[in-house]
Amino acid sequence: MEECRTVLCWFADPANWSGANGIPTRFLEHVWMSGLSVGIAAALALPVGLFIGHTRRGAFLAISIGNLGRAIPSFAILALALPVTIRLGLGLGFWPTVIALVALAIPPILTNTYAGVAGVDDDTLEAARGMGMREGQLLRRIELPLAAPLVVAGLRTAAVQVVATATLAALVAWGGLGRYIVDGFAQRRNDRVLGGAILVAVLAIVTELVFGLVERAVRPRTESRERRRLGLRAPAAGAEAPGGA
Amino acid sequence: MIADQLFDWGWAIDHLDEVWSAVVEHVALTALAVGIGMAISLPVGVYAYRHRRAYAPVTWVAGILYTIPSLALFAFLVPLTGLSYLTAEIGLVSYTLLILIRNVVAGLDGVPQDAREAATGMGYTDRQLLWRVELPLAAPVIVAGLRIATVTTIGLVTVTALIGLGGLGIFILRGLGRFFNTMILLGAVLSAALALVADWALTAAQRQLTPWARRQRTVVG
Repeated sequence: MEECRTVLCWFADPANWSGANGIPTRFLEHVWMSGLSVGIAAALALPVGLFIGHTRRGAFLAISIGNLGRAIPSFAILALALPVTIRLGLGLGFWPTVIALVALAIPPILTNTYAGVAGVDDDTLEAARGMGMREGQLLRRIELPLAAPLVVAGLRTAAVQVVATATLAALVAWGGLGRYIVDGFAQRRNDRVLGGAILVAVLAIVTELVFGLVERAVRPRTESRERRRLGLRAPAAGAEAPGGA
Repeated sequence: MIADQLFDWGWAIDHLDEVWSAVVEHVALTALAVGIGMAISLPVGVYAYRHRRAYAPVTWVAGILYTIPSLALFAFLVPLTGLSYLTAEIGLVSYTLLILIRNVVAGLDGVPQDAREAATGMGYTDRQLLWRVELPLAAPVIVAGLRIATVTTIGLVTVTALIGLGGLGIFILRGLGRFFNTMILLGAVLSAALALVADWALTAAQRQLTPWARRQRTVVG
């Protein structure tokens, strides 16, 4: 009997659902790697973005990092991180991927946080100051809630890009769902390539949808038509920063 | 073998021919993708602007295309169209659509109603209104989208190295395979430089073409 090599058979084969190269393991690796990278990037970029947005100092820095981040292909960052981590004794796979993905995730989070906080209406801030709010309260109770949709939009862009790019980790000998695509290409096994591609695509779309729901949940209910007209609503993936920078 | 030297200038100079043809391929793949993307997005964007009901489904489809990881998309296409320019271009064009369509619509949205009314009052037809008033006024926002699409595409072209094309991505991929820093650096630095130059050139072109927008702030990116 000839071996079945369609993608349906690949998904149906119980051998693909267990062990170190099984779908659950690869899936969790992919999610873990993506979550870790977005987490690290957020821990770095959110405070800086809030600071720049609140003080309006260093906006040029935020915009430049955003532009540069878009200009350097993540594949290139991944490739560049490899010799560095090897020299530092951190080895192949895990660390070069984390470095590349963090570098990829920082620009959208940073520029969106900055743009969200800086975009808060001056009159609103003036009113809050008039009511006796201190700078810390201003940031927490006015700027952060108003900027929240844009901040989440930045996290969403970052997360979707990271999930997509984590696929390339397989090129530097790490796991994740990219393994199926890269190995499948090498073995000329289209069923594996397609299976991996479907899994990554589904994961990316689910990530996009989940963050879309969060974005909707954090949107201030007071958002007026005027705000929307001015283009201050949260842009979806791809438009990291409002304004042509 | 891990070369100790960070960058081997001798190797780079010996391989200038290859570097140049990779740059040319990179630019050609990008220009074609962004050109086709614009040719699709402009009419679709104008249509979605005039028929608001179409906007949500159009961005939904473009959004799904945009979300599919590039490596996965190429993986879907290879069994159908092989390791070819067609495969690369289908993938690259699909990633430009969301950005371009959204900016065409946002640009047209930003056209002041007064300008439209004045033009209509002067007897402009719908077509004249579009080409002589709306599109020129929307140009800064459309170009902002064009810049993002171009820079993104330049980055994605490097990934097409995995399907045997790739422009400068070929250098990155081969460099990775041999742990040869010089090749990785050449591919990475030149593709990033290409993106920055393209971004700058498009900004400069837009300033020349829309002198009235210079003092204004750009509306939405």
